Parts: sequence; structure tokens; C-alpha cells
Amino acid sequence: MTAEQVAQLVIEADMASVVVRCAGAWTVQGIARLEQRLETLSWPGEGDLVIDAAAISALDTAGAWLLQRTVRALEQRGRNVRINGLRPEFNALLQLVAARAVTPEPAAPARDGLLASIGQHTWRGLLGMSGMLAFIGESATALLRSLAQPRRIRWRAILHNLQTAGVEALPITGLLAFLMGVVIAYQGADQLQRFGANIFIVDLVGLSMLRELSPLLTAIIVAGRSGSAYTAQIGTMKVTEEIDALRTIGVGPQELLVLPKMLALIIALPLLTVYTDVAGVLGGMVMARSKLGVSFEDFLDRFEDAVSLSSYLVGIGKAPVFAAIIALVGCYRGFQVSGSADSVGRQTTLSVVQSIFLIIVADALFSIIFNWLDI
Amino acid sequence: MEQPQNTGAVVEIRDLNTRFGTAVVHESVSLTVRPGEIFALVGGSGCGKSTLLREIILLQQPVSGSIRVFGREVLGLSDEQALPLRRRWGVMFERGALFNSLTVAENVGMVLREHTQLSARLIDEVAAVKIALTGLPADAGPKYPSELSGGMRKRAALARAIALDPELLFLDEPTAGLDPLSASGIDELVVSLRDALGLTIMMVTHDLDLLWRTADRVAVLGEGHILGVGTMTELSQSEHPLIREFFYGPRGRAAREQAWKTK
Repeated sequence: MTAEQVAQLVIEADMASVVVRCAGAWTVQGIARLEQRLETLSWPGEGDLVIDAAAISALDTAGAWLLQRTVRALEQRGRNVRINGLRPEFNALLQLVAARAVTPEPAAPARDGLLASIGQHTWRGLLGMSGMLAFIGESATALLRSLAQPRRIRWRAILHNLQTAGVEALPITGLLAFLMGVVIAYQGADQLQRFGANIFIVDLVGLSMLRELSPLLTAIIVAGRSGSAYTAQIGTMKVTEEIDALRTIGVGPQELLVLPKMLALIIALPLLTVYTDVAGVLGGMVMARSKLGVSFEDFLDRFEDAVSLSSYLVGIGKAPVFAAIIALVGCYRGFQVSGSADSVGRQTTLSVVQSIFLIIVADALFSIIFNWLDI
Repeated sequence: MEQPQNTGAVVEIRDLNTRFGTAVVHESVSLTVRPGEIFALVGGSGCGKSTLLREIILLQQPVSGSIRVFGREVLGLSDEQALPLRRRWGVMFERGALFNSLTVAENVGMVLREHTQLSARLIDEVAAVKIALTGLPADAGPKYPSELSGGMRKRAALARAIALDPELLFLDEPTAGLDPLSASGIDELVVSLRDALGLTIMMVTHDLDLLWRTADRVAVLGEGHILGVGTMTELSQSEHPLIREFFYGPRGRAAREQAWKTK
């Protein structure tokens, strides 16, 4: 920037008076350095000040405000300030800014103490929980109403959700389950080889995949894939007032948005789990053959003895519960969105975190119950 | 800031063609906006007014033609090359496009923070001046956009658009969605800003009251062409059927009578 394009200020003081010569472009781009200088500038003399502004070549509102602010600060110290030679159009701008000048209100609200924020967090948590309960209740009544009038069930929406949450999840869930099977067999192989118990790799892979890992893994992937999508979709609809529009048209958002998702997921997740069972065991088989020399025939022979039907059913049986958790949490978080794009992001994060948390809690409960029932 | 060879026009559009797929939006459109005037672009819904505006402010690319802003060709500029130009104009979007996660004062201050080296204190003060200039009360600064009414949000968006003291201001439907009282407030605001800050204003609107009360010159866009350019009085005497429809429809007549009564 040349000297012409920055704001300048020179103070000329003699016995009688102080003259402040301003020059250059007093614009938002040109006043940065001058502003820093003004912070520390000491004004000589005691009496009247004359600001000679004839050489100011450009002035905008930011520059006018800086000039105005400087004049005000001087006047507060009891000095008389006169501005000379300012071009008429600049003078008009200066008057305008002076008329509108206000002190900005402090934006930062007072911060709460530790105790208060703990209280607020707890209260918000409790509200969230009661809201979730109310939401489950609403969904259940909507489900009962739909079952009473089966033609109100949105089959098309259910099929669409089956496609997006189920069929389209096949590649990723299959691949991850296969790799999980490989990893388990690989980790187990060393230990089993040491005892010469190679064939027990079947028990290890079969039981762990079918009972625990495959349903859990599938549910977690679907929570990340579809649960987040549910929240983002419903949340965006909330922001654009589409949910309110549905209500005024007389279509319950529960019936149109929540039930199809939940029903589709309750159908899709057990099926996906069967599929990941197969993929996981396949991964284990491949690893068992290459690392332990257990052929596919031996593996499948042993599989029938090692894994009982109940183990398989236990795994599949958890899936609908996980599905309900994912759909309910995802949709509930979507309805909790308020106002802005920010809120959509926050609720989507919460949706995934909470559904995975609840899935693992539910899995632990299942383990305790099955242990108790001795299955 | 370099001053390129200036033909006197702030915005100059020559032979602009725009197509979306096979749909022709603009066909050899030419326009000139002069310094210091309030220029309005009008036309029915879907005639490509907003598209033209978006092309001028480099959000969209036309098929062919030339758009010069401050004498500089804007088509084909990279983001880096466009930055000096973008600092010289301000844009107010139809729905405000305020950042919802920031307060009004932060929305205005953000522009200053990005493009200047001013201290935080001065930025806050300048932002407060801009907010006051648009007629918002001082307590609007610390509020979030979601806490404001529609009219106040438009004013806040205008405050952000003038944050860098632009020479050229683009307004997309400044009064759309406002009640008549707020809308007439915006009319006065547009004129007073032009007078106070020496702005050139280019706006897209179909608010006839706003046109009668503020616009120096108006261009009517229809069927992909500029159907007519002139003052409102000139245009209201035009023989073109589409322009007549625009001005002599029931709403057009009421606005014109109102305008003549107040004159």
C-alpha cells in the first residue's frame, strides 16, 4: 500500500495551539496501523485542538468512526476540538456516524458456577430421558393405531427404508464381518496351536461371531449409517417447518416418518445379522485353513456340533431390539433439532453416540439374562 | 486498489447467454448500471432475475457473454483474483443468509475480522455503527438471527452486506416476505444508505411499491431478453404487452396510484 492508501495523522504543536493534520485514505482497509498508533499516542498541550482534515482523500464509515471516537476521547478530557477543511460529503458521513454511534452491548453472558452447570446438565439429562420415554410411548400408540388399521401402514416407505438401510448396507457389513472373522481366527490360532487344539477354532469363531460379535457389529454399523441419516433427515425437516406442515395437514409425523423406519429396520437388521454371521464364519474358515490347516469340510463338520441352534437364535433375537433402539434414538434426536444447521449437527452426533451406547448396554443386559436363563 | 480503465459504468453486461440444459434463461442480455444509481431488475417469477444477479457476483457461470464490474471482466476469474472485487461489493441474500451460530454483531464483525487488521474493540464498535445505520436497535447486536423478526433479519443482513463499506450493493428481493410496514421501512433505508454512503445499488425485486419509491432506473426481464429499461414513469408508458401486464395488473395499478399520490 502506498502512503496515499493509508490513513495518516501528524501533530504539529507550537505555543499557541495544536494542529492535527490528517491525510490519506481513512477507510476500513487503511486505518489499521493508525488505530494502533492512536492507542498509545499522547496529545501535547492543554488547550484547544484543531484537526485539519483537508487532505483526507477517502473516508468511509469505519474511518469516520475512528475520527469520531478520537474526537470524543479528547473532548472527554476537557479539550475543545474543531475539525477544519473536511469535504462536505465526508462531513455528512461524519455527522451520520456521530448520530448513530452507540456503545456495543457486551455479548458475553455471565458464566455459571460449577454447581449451577452440574445442576443444569442433570436437569437437561432428565428432561431428555423423559422426552425419550414420551417419544417411545407416542411411537407405540402410533404403532397400535396402525396395526388396528393395517391400510394406514406405509408399505412403500417401509420398502424404501428396507432398500436404504438394509440392501445398501450389505457390502460394508459383509466386508467388516468377514474381516472380523479373519481377525478372531488369526488371534485364536496361536493359542490353540500351542495345545494342538486346532479344530476348536470352529467353536471360537462360530460362537463368538453368532452369539455376540455379528449382531453387535451389524447394529453399530447400521447405527452409524442409518441412525445418523434418520436424525439428519427429520432434523432438516424440522428446521424447514415440514414437520409442522405434516401436522397441519393431519398426518402424524410418527406415522409417516418414524414407524416405517422402525418397522423396516426391525425387518432388516435380523436379516443383515444372518448375512454377517455367514460372512464372519467364512472369514474364520479362510483363516483356519491357511493358518491351522483346518479344511472347509472339517470346519463345517465340527460346526454342527460346536454351535447349537440356540446360540444362533440368541444372536438373531437381539437384532430386532437393537433395530428398535437405533430407529427410536435416531428419530427422537431428529425431532429434538431446533432452529439451525448447528443443531442438526449436534443432534446427529448425539444420535449415533447414544444409540451405540444403548446397544452395548442392551447387549450386556441380554448376556446377564441369558446367563440367568442358562441358554 | 488499482483503478482499471473505467468506462463510467459500475456494472456492464454485454450479450450474456445462459442456459440450463436446453432451457434458455438469458439470450443476449445487455445492461449498464451507472455509478450512484439505484438500479432494479424486475420480471415475473422464473425469468432469470436472480440467476443474472448470481452471475454478476460470481456464484454462477453463464454460457457466453461479458460481465464487467468496476470496468473489470469478472467471468473466468479465479477465487483469488476475484477477492479484491468481492471486497468492493456487498450482497444481501433473499433469506438473509445470516450465520445462525453467530450473533448479529458477530455476523457483521466476521467480515471485518476476515478482511482487515483492525483491533477487536474497533471492529465491535464499527459493527455497532453499521447495525445502527440499518435502523436496528442497539440491543439487536448480541441477539442471534433466530431471535429476530423477518424485517429485523433483513436489516441485519444489510448491515453485514455494508460491513466493508462496499461501493456496490446487491439486494436480492429486499422486501420479500415482509409486512407492508417493514417493507416501507426497507424502502427508506435503501434510499438513505445510497445517499449517506454514496453507494450504487442493484436490486432484484418484484415489489412495485419499492420500485416506485426507490428505483432510479428499472430493467424488465422477460422471455430471456431485456424488454425495456428506463425510469418507472417511462416504463409505465411502454407498449410492450408483458411490461403492460406487469404495471397494469391490479396490484400494479394500486402501487402506481399510490406513488402518484405521494409525489
